[in-house]
Amino acid sequence: MSTTDLAPAPGRPGTTPVITLDRVTKVYRSGALEVRAVDDVTLRLDDGEYVAITGPSGSGKSTMMHILGCLDVATAGVFRLAGQPVGDMTEEELAAVRNQRIGFVFQQFNLLPTLSAWRNVELPLVYAGLPRAQRRERAISALERVGLGDRVDHRPGELSGGQQQRVAVARALVGEPSLILADEPTGNLDTASTVDVLDLFDELHAAGRTVVVITHEADVAARAGRVIRMRDGRIVDDTGAGGTGTGDTGTGGTGAVVAGAVDAGTPDPGVGPPAGRTAFGGGPIGGPPAPPSAPTLPTWVEGPR
Amino acid sequence: MTWRETLRTGVESLRSHRLRSGLTVLGILIGIAAVILTVGLGQGASDTISSRINALGTNLLVVTPGSSTGTGGVRGGTGSASTLTMADAAALSSPVVAPDIAGVAPTIGRSLTLTTPSANWTTTVTGTTPQWLSVRARTIGTGRFLTAEDLAQDAAVTVLGSETAAELFRGDAVGQTVTVNGAQLTVVGVLASSGSSSGTTQDDLALLPITTAQQRALGGSSRNSVQTIYLQATSSQGLSAAYQEAQNELMVLHRATTTTGPDFSISSQESLLSTATSVTQTLTVLLAGIAAISLLVGGIGVMNIMLVSVTERVREIGLRKALGATPRIIRRQFMVEASMLGLIGGLAGVGLGLGLAALLSRTLGQPIVASPTATAAAIVIAVLVGIVSGVYPATRAARLAPIDALRSE
Repeated sequence: MSTTDLAPAPGRPGTTPVITLDRVTKVYRSGALEVRAVDDVTLRLDDGEYVAITGPSGSGKSTMMHILGCLDVATAGVFRLAGQPVGDMTEEELAAVRNQRIGFVFQQFNLLPTLSAWRNVELPLVYAGLPRAQRRERAISALERVGLGDRVDHRPGELSGGQQQRVAVARALVGEPSLILADEPTGNLDTASTVDVLDLFDELHAAGRTVVVITHEADVAARAGRVIRMRDGRIVDDTGAGGTGTGDTGTGGTGAVVAGAVDAGTPDPGVGPPAGRTAFGGGPIGGPPAPPSAPTLPTWVEGPR
Repeated sequence: MTWRETLRTGVESLRSHRLRSGLTVLGILIGIAAVILTVGLGQGASDTISSRINALGTNLLVVTPGSSTGTGGVRGGTGSASTLTMADAAALSSPVVAPDIAGVAPTIGRSLTLTTPSANWTTTVTGTTPQWLSVRARTIGTGRFLTAEDLAQDAAVTVLGSETAAELFRGDAVGQTVTVNGAQLTVVGVLASSGSSSGTTQDDLALLPITTAQQRALGGSSRNSVQTIYLQATSSQGLSAAYQEAQNELMVLHRATTTTGPDFSISSQESLLSTATSVTQTLTVLLAGIAAISLLVGGIGVMNIMLVSVTERVREIGLRKALGATPRIIRRQFMVEASMLGLIGGLAGVGLGLGLAALLSRTLGQPIVASPTATAAAIVIAVLVGIVSGVYPATRAARLAPIDALRSE
């Protein structure tokens, strides 16, 4: 298991891109029909970014989310999480990555109806193997953080939609993951609850976490520092692409690989992105000091299906 | 995820579908209860038979006519009667010939109807000698037992078992008269109840002097022949010596040689026991096999429900996987739930089985014995059934792709 290797290097913000996608393609087949849900996407998300991925339905943004969340494996291309190519991981390793590195927020909340709020929130910690007392403590403090300290023992059915989604956010952050992945988190919420949840994301972002929100709502996307627009499986617009286009090629040489070269496709390099701080972190790319291998050419990784 | 967490989650999940879990458990429960009952029934029957055989007396040998050599052997037709006779019994009584034989009781018997002016009752009518009482380890309740004088005079007297006496007469039977096969017999005594809990047989009989039986009550072609000779050895150590003495003496009396083989057989209580238990064991295996089929059906029920549960909880499985559950943990979760169904079914089935066993043995008068081993084995089997039935559904759950699981509505 290489989960410990995946831990972000603390105190060196921006040295390791949380996520890199190198010509990632995901193809679904249903009968004779072949759908390229994600088509040759190259992308780099840095530590601490707040990114919205938008697009009309069928644009492939949900598939993107599944790939980013290690819930699905790309048909082709390399997806790296903190330098680790996910395509090579076993199911057990993927589970550990999801458990420790990623916090999910779903449109449908996906709370277990039979469990109380704190029991829902503690689930990631259960799979991380923490003792019960510690789990409860952390679950309750996560619930307090989302403003539900007084709803600890309520079941999802006894909570409003907005409260349920806040429980889900608490569940996403309880394991202190570096990446929060939200799939249409406000899709089932009224305006007031939407604002609540988005404020929470702002807080998480301010606290240094990488937040990726998949949404088709413009006002939700507007909260993010960087908006990636998708259509037909391709990225058609990326407001924050500048960060990736600029510096990296110069520095490490070896590992940065991914980003610079391939970014040619995305047009606008610099809208004064907040992501700029990631660029010149210098220093070696995280993970094992890469042997001076040749620049990783697109590796074709077969998905499990 | 610790085992404790897995167990807790399993309990919660079963509790959230109480009715369904209950119905599933029912399948296992019935199977286990059936196993407990049938095995208990078999055990009870075998216990009854062995207690009956033991109740024949202690250190007993039973001599019956007929050769014990195989059907292919040549039977000696050397002039002696092919059945046992009073002379055989008399010879075996001699302390010189057979010092290790303490008592000899020849018997002849038949099922006959005893009649009184007000009642009739069919029972085993046995002609025997006074020694029967000690050989069969019985005691007299009221009146007296048969005497040597009764025998010498072919006296028209009888001694009844306590049940028989109760069936024929209200109040004291001693001094009353019964008619058997046209012969008027005076009841001179009633045996004390054998105290055996295993049914009525030991206390339902009528005894009369063997001479009377031969001459008047039972009749028959050979008035000197006897059906069975009960021998009592002096002690359990003397049993094999007594066996040898009886064997040798009867061989001589019947002029049997080693080549012709004897025309009688001597069996001990042990050999009777082993024959009887092998019969009941066969019966038990048969019944338990039927019970096992119902257990199999119960197991299929568990598998079915677990499959339904997997399908129904696809979203939950997907979510748990998204939150970090490994396939192994998911599999374990479902395995644990299936084994819990088995365990609950097993415990409840044992409870029901034992309850029914107690009830049935009271109402049927047929003892049903539930041994601790059988009970423990039943529970283990129930859990195994759960585990085996859980493997396939659990594997399916573990294999679900998290995204497919999350996507399903």
